[in-house]
Amino acid sequence: MTGEPLLSVADLRVVFPTRAGIVRAVNDVSLAVSPGETLGIVGESGSGKSVTAQAVLGLLPLPGRVVGGEILWRGKPFQAHGAGVRGKEIACIFQDPMQSLNPLMTIGAQLVETLRHHARLGRRAARDRAAELLAEVALSAPARRLDQYPHELSGGILQRVMLAMALACEPRLIIADEPTTALDVTIQAEILALLSRLQRERGLAILLITHDLGIVAGLCHRVAVMYAGRIVETGEVDALFARPAHPYTQGLLRATPTLEAQSERLVSIPGAPPALLVPPAGCPFRTRCPIAARPCETLPDPARTETGMVVCWRAGEAAWADIPR
Amino acid sequence: MADSAARQAPSRRSRNGTRLRAFAAELGEDVPGLIGFLVLVGIVAMAIFAPLLAPHDPAAQSVLARLAPPAWLPRGNPAHLLGTDALGRDVLSRIIWGARATLLVGVAVVLLSGTFGVIVGLVAGYVGGRTDSILMRLVDIQVSFPGILLILLIVSIVGPSLTTIVVVLALTNWMIYARIVRGTVMSVRAAPYVEAAEIVGCGPARIILRHILPNLVSPLLTVAILEFTNVVLAEAAISFLGLGVQPPATSWGLDVASGRDYVYVAWWLVTFPGLAIAITVLSINLFANWVRVTTDPREREKRFGWSKTARRLAGRS
Amino acid sequence: MAAFLLRRLIQGGLVVLGVTFTVFVVTRIFGNPVDLMLPLSASPEQRAAFASELGLDRPLPVQFVQFAGELLRFDFGESTWQRRPAMEVVLERLPNSLLLIGAGLGLAIVLSLPAGILAAQRPGGILDRIVTGLSLVGLSMPQFWVGLLLIVLFAVTIPLLPTSGMGSPAHLVLPAVTLALVPFARLTLLVRSQMMEELNKPYIRTALARGLPHRRVLVGHALRNALIPFLTLAGWELVLALAGYTVVVETVFAWPGMGLVAIQALQRGDLFLVQAIVYVVAVLIVLVNILLDLVFKLVDPRIGLG
Repeated sequence: MTGEPLLSVADLRVVFPTRAGIVRAVNDVSLAVSPGETLGIVGESGSGKSVTAQAVLGLLPLPGRVVGGEILWRGKPFQAHGAGVRGKEIACIFQDPMQSLNPLMTIGAQLVETLRHHARLGRRAARDRAAELLAEVALSAPARRLDQYPHELSGGILQRVMLAMALACEPRLIIADEPTTALDVTIQAEILALLSRLQRERGLAILLITHDLGIVAGLCHRVAVMYAGRIVETGEVDALFARPAHPYTQGLLRATPTLEAQSERLVSIPGAPPALLVPPAGCPFRTRCPIAARPCETLPDPARTETGMVVCWRAGEAAWADIPR
Repeated sequence: MADSAARQAPSRRSRNGTRLRAFAAELGEDVPGLIGFLVLVGIVAMAIFAPLLAPHDPAAQSVLARLAPPAWLPRGNPAHLLGTDALGRDVLSRIIWGARATLLVGVAVVLLSGTFGVIVGLVAGYVGGRTDSILMRLVDIQVSFPGILLILLIVSIVGPSLTTIVVVLALTNWMIYARIVRGTVMSVRAAPYVEAAEIVGCGPARIILRHILPNLVSPLLTVAILEFTNVVLAEAAISFLGLGVQPPATSWGLDVASGRDYVYVAWWLVTFPGLAIAITVLSINLFANWVRVTTDPREREKRFGWSKTARRLAGRS
Repeated sequence: MAAFLLRRLIQGGLVVLGVTFTVFVVTRIFGNPVDLMLPLSASPEQRAAFASELGLDRPLPVQFVQFAGELLRFDFGESTWQRRPAMEVVLERLPNSLLLIGAGLGLAIVLSLPAGILAAQRPGGILDRIVTGLSLVGLSMPQFWVGLLLIVLFAVTIPLLPTSGMGSPAHLVLPAVTLALVPFARLTLLVRSQMMEELNKPYIRTALARGLPHRRVLVGHALRNALIPFLTLAGWELVLALAGYTVVVETVFAWPGMGLVAIQALQRGDLFLVQAIVYVVAVLIVLVNILLDLVFKLVDPRIGLG
């Protein structure tokens, strides 16, 4: 990608001290999002993708904390920008829209609160703007919605409200953390279409976190695959999907249904991700990798691929070829 | 296969042992909880071995030794460590003997009301329907009773005695157990794994024993311990008002009441028995806090994480 | 709304009926009102006359109907101790108790909110430990003991405040502080744990992610949600205080409220006066509970009326 990235993360490390020991949730994660670009982060639950996003937002849940690396916004650390970046230039939507709004306040009150804080609008103007925003996210009867409480609305509508609230700040980047996981399939499609329309209209950058490769294929330009707190492979979506280099990416793709391959049986990757409390030395995937070998006991350096990079000693080899589906 | 079965057998037997050891280890980590536990053990021992520990007969009066201050004060009598009351009785010995009434009432009331409440809750939650709504309405109604006033009325009419107090406190304290048990039974019964067990053909006895009771242990234990403190405080208050334990029997609340008339001349008469109540209740509270946190894994993790974070934040700001 | 009120009033009526029944069973079956109210020296003839005057020689069911009927007509009988209608005595003392409860609970509420919020800011931190520790100590001390210690302190060591009776605002200080201690401790622990709970919920994360200032999220969002359980407990504390938990404080400080008069009436065997107090308190509790439910419906949009 050309141009200066909006957001760049370098060698980010996040740990959670627990009673049983230190959980290393994110290890040496580096990524960059440019204006107008959608970067997808895929991985299984517990791979550290959400924690990465929370660290970027400065909203790590207790007791998590960043212990290494740097997060830059337009080339400078957040502190250098003053207080207004997170929540203004970066907005976000979360997995569970039902839980993400204050149950005691109307939709309108929460939108108005956000607008008045950021845009310094008057009460009347903020309310009008709130209705406009709801219309922009394709909600019917926006004026009436303003006076409704979150418990009166469905998950799909609430996720649109969340999007409206994210737009209220006029952000340059939206971080969407599993934005459709809690929703019905048809609603999912609507929300994703809305997200991609908004991106086109407003030139937004999007950091999309998901476990669903289908969503990545439909929405993202670039993708980063995370496993056990590390990025194992990155690339442009088309190239990465066509020629996955890392055995884990290959396994993920093999486990994802596609229209072309609908007759073939889907196969999951055997085994489970390693506990991050005692991560195995070397490549974290080697315990499940069909082609793991001696060198995998140490962690390889990232190697360049066509459009990104991969962290694997045997990158590009067909890991699952001789294993029957 | 055979290998894994062989490995399982002994591990199952030793599981209780290791769990106990793990519990002990965690108690060691929670210093206030440990202190509470140890003090509590001390108080129980004091009650059991009162005849051996008490330096004097708690009822022995001595006109000559009236209102002696604690031993470390001027005019104090070394034979009476915590001084004597208006009748010359030894305060320390009365406190040691008084532990018996306190613990006895506490244990008896918690056992009685707990048993009754658990049965009502199990029936209401398990049978459901009309039985449930009648029983729970009964609970609602009794919760709105003017508790203490009725207790005082009943005790003053039936005649104050240890038995009366136990029965009356048990009759007015069972509702909380019923509510908790019913709530747990309802939610556990609705859980998919219990529905599955019922479909597979598990009988009610098995469901209650295997699925419902284990879920009840933690909340019931916590509530029972906290109720114990309420009962101890209630007994003390009733005895203080003169409607509880009657002389010549001893009770901490009663001793505070009899020291009340001398509050200006002999502060130790109200101070020490009251302190005994406060220490007992405090140590139970500390212990209960520990039990609650330990029996709830989420609570444990939260607390650990928080203390870590707090230390970090404190260092930063 | 009307249906809700009606339902709650019926339930309240059941509570009062339950109290009536309990008082009846206790006084007529377990005890003998005649023995209770007449001096030991009364002759058998006097006893019989007194019994028939009160209708105590009739069968129990008849007595119960008569008893309940009198109460329905607000006929609470005459206080044998004060020689005037029992209700008159109660109504005279009730405001004193309400003043004490208001001051004590008000103090507890006003202090527990900041204490709990501060403690929740740094869970496990020094301030948190101090607040939690002091609350546990407060919860563990018997009320009468705290009262007596305060009396010793203020009457003997620093004679600044009056330690008994009622008259000036200064008289209110010690009883109110004593009464406030336990509710304060319980409310503080609740505010602390609720704030921690709310602060970890997703909507707080979104509020922060929207860029709202920390203070606003704390007060406008987290505290607002934590206030619902807080109100529940504060309401419960009010009910508890009404239910007679002021008896001890009023006795210790000779505060001329209903609790003190109840104890005095019990000591004198003044059954009618005690009954009147029990009823007034039962009705108050029912009313407070209904009021609290209405407040909840105002505060929490998720609770429907019905």
